[in-house]
Amino acid sequence: MSGPAVVVGPERTRPDAPARVPRRRRVPLAGRLRRDWQLLAMVAPGFGILLVFSYLPIAGNVIAFQDYNPYLGDNPWAAFTHSNWIGFGQFQLLFDDPAFWDAFRNTLAITAFQLVFFFPLPILLAVMLHNLLSSRLRGFVQTVVYLPHFFSWVLVISFFVAMLGGAGLLAQTMREAGMQPWNVMTNPDTFIVLVTAEAVWKDVGWGTIVFLAALSTIDQNLYEAAAADGAGRWRRLWHITLPGLRPVIVLLLILRLGDALSVGFEQFLLQRDAVGRQAAEVLDTFVYHFSIATGNYGYGAAAGLFKAVVGLVLILAANRVAHLLGERGIYSKS
Amino acid sequence: MTVSIRRPSGARARRPAWEEPPTPVGQGLKAVLLTLLVLGVLFPLWVVLVTSLSSRQTIADAGGLVVVPKGIDTSAYQTILAGGAVTRALWISTLVTVCGTLVALTVTVLAAYGLSRPGSLGHRWLLAYFLIPFLVYPPLVPRYLVVTGLGLKDTIWALVLPPAISVFNLVVVRGFFQGIPQELLDSARIDGASDFRTLGRIVLPLSRAVIAVVGLFYAVSYWNVWFDALLFIDRNDMYPIQRVLQSYLLAGQAPHTAGGTTGVSMPPTEAIKMAVVVLTVAPIVAVYPFVQRHFIKGVLIGAVKG
Repeated sequence: MSGPAVVVGPERTRPDAPARVPRRRRVPLAGRLRRDWQLLAMVAPGFGILLVFSYLPIAGNVIAFQDYNPYLGDNPWAAFTHSNWIGFGQFQLLFDDPAFWDAFRNTLAITAFQLVFFFPLPILLAVMLHNLLSSRLRGFVQTVVYLPHFFSWVLVISFFVAMLGGAGLLAQTMREAGMQPWNVMTNPDTFIVLVTAEAVWKDVGWGTIVFLAALSTIDQNLYEAAAADGAGRWRRLWHITLPGLRPVIVLLLILRLGDALSVGFEQFLLQRDAVGRQAAEVLDTFVYHFSIATGNYGYGAAAGLFKAVVGLVLILAANRVAHLLGERGIYSKS
Repeated sequence: MTVSIRRPSGARARRPAWEEPPTPVGQGLKAVLLTLLVLGVLFPLWVVLVTSLSSRQTIADAGGLVVVPKGIDTSAYQTILAGGAVTRALWISTLVTVCGTLVALTVTVLAAYGLSRPGSLGHRWLLAYFLIPFLVYPPLVPRYLVVTGLGLKDTIWALVLPPAISVFNLVVVRGFFQGIPQELLDSARIDGASDFRTLGRIVLPLSRAVIAVVGLFYAVSYWNVWFDALLFIDRNDMYPIQRVLQSYLLAGQAPHTAGGTTGVSMPPTEAIKMAVVVLTVAPIVAVYPFVQRHFIKGVLIGAVKG
């Protein structure tokens, strides 16, 4: 679950909408080139990096339709031109592979679980923080809970191992108390709870930022008027605060649904071996293990392409539904 | 939109007259929740720090991890900083972080300014070009083939260049630049300043907050790089710190770890393990408080502007 990416929200695809300047069509191309060449030069490095490291790989998806053999040439490009085209063969293999469907099921199960047990938490926390009277206390709590967002997954899992692992503090305490210690870190049955707990620890605080921003835009007079009409604190929460947050909640839900097939790559790759493939293989780790780790590139590319296409379809569908419900969604037809 | 702070700052803000006073139960519950929340983050950090600073004897007495410190013993740090895998990895990570942040900030700031002037040549097309990668992630396998095909494997450039522009950060910086009053830029133009000069002399000095925040984002992501190192760095002596941390702490979890182990012969003792964790956390914890106060100002103005 990517934390910061969601903050861009409402204005992402048309951030310049309010500041539109009348376009000057009169100026001929050469003149505009002379006027704007410095701007174009500034954009060039970023353009090049995206071209090489984003667009070229996206185009490279075509190897999903190849029997790509890395040993057919001296470099990936030569191997690409020498490999045979086999159409949808890789996809057929993929859909016949029970391991793929295991990974698919695990991914959806984890997404659904986190939608129920993780998604509402930042909203609740934001409402609670927003209602703190002392701004110094609020600032302190915010500083502390944002921090784990900046830790790598290796670090987060290291902390969990230190606390809950076989040699961790929990097991140590239980052993001293004469109990049979748990090792939560290697138990496939509770893995889904563990990864959700890790995700919560890492990102629940960070997730509040966007809700806090939305809360600060709610008109205070609404609360006063509601209170004058006799609405208690819970009614005000239900009729003012939550409706005020609704556009953001819908937006984040859409983004989450679009990401339904990616649940966080590093987290699972790091724990896959400790817990076992049955519980911890998700689509992303499947792609990794069946391509780069084993050299079967075409197969992995097919799995990755499948995931990307489904994700794109999901996000477009979710956005359409949001429009039908009268919400703005991530983008709207302007 | 400026994120207005609802109540005046200072510890004793007043409750609005219409709001009912909190019930003791609600107050108590809130206090408990907040305490748990803060402890939930700080307690693991504390245990790790204390264990890393404990002597062998203290650790043996405690049975593994130490909660209550008994004296300070820095021998774990002396051992790992005397040279070897961890020291080398720290240098590599520092190098990657410094180079990466400089490159990424330069590329991002330039592109953000170049894209901040609606009506310039090709503006709409370029903007779409920069925003599309936000929706369509570069797929893993072709990305791997591109980076290795360019011969970047086992160099720090494999870690520095591919993430050198994050569309999210670009949008944040661009939004901030667009919030700078147009008259200021126009007056610079009338005075004959070129775009480069305007950027350097007027826009950048006004943008310190957003640069600090985006710089922190980049620095943290470079410091945290683990998966790219798994993909692109095969040589042990080129491992960044996260890879070494993984092999010290997580390799013991299972017989074989993803991507093979670093070949650590003996399992490090508890204090050394925890000292590696501390050294990996330390730069983040050290820089974070200085930048944290800009978060709301820097990120939200750029992003959720309305």
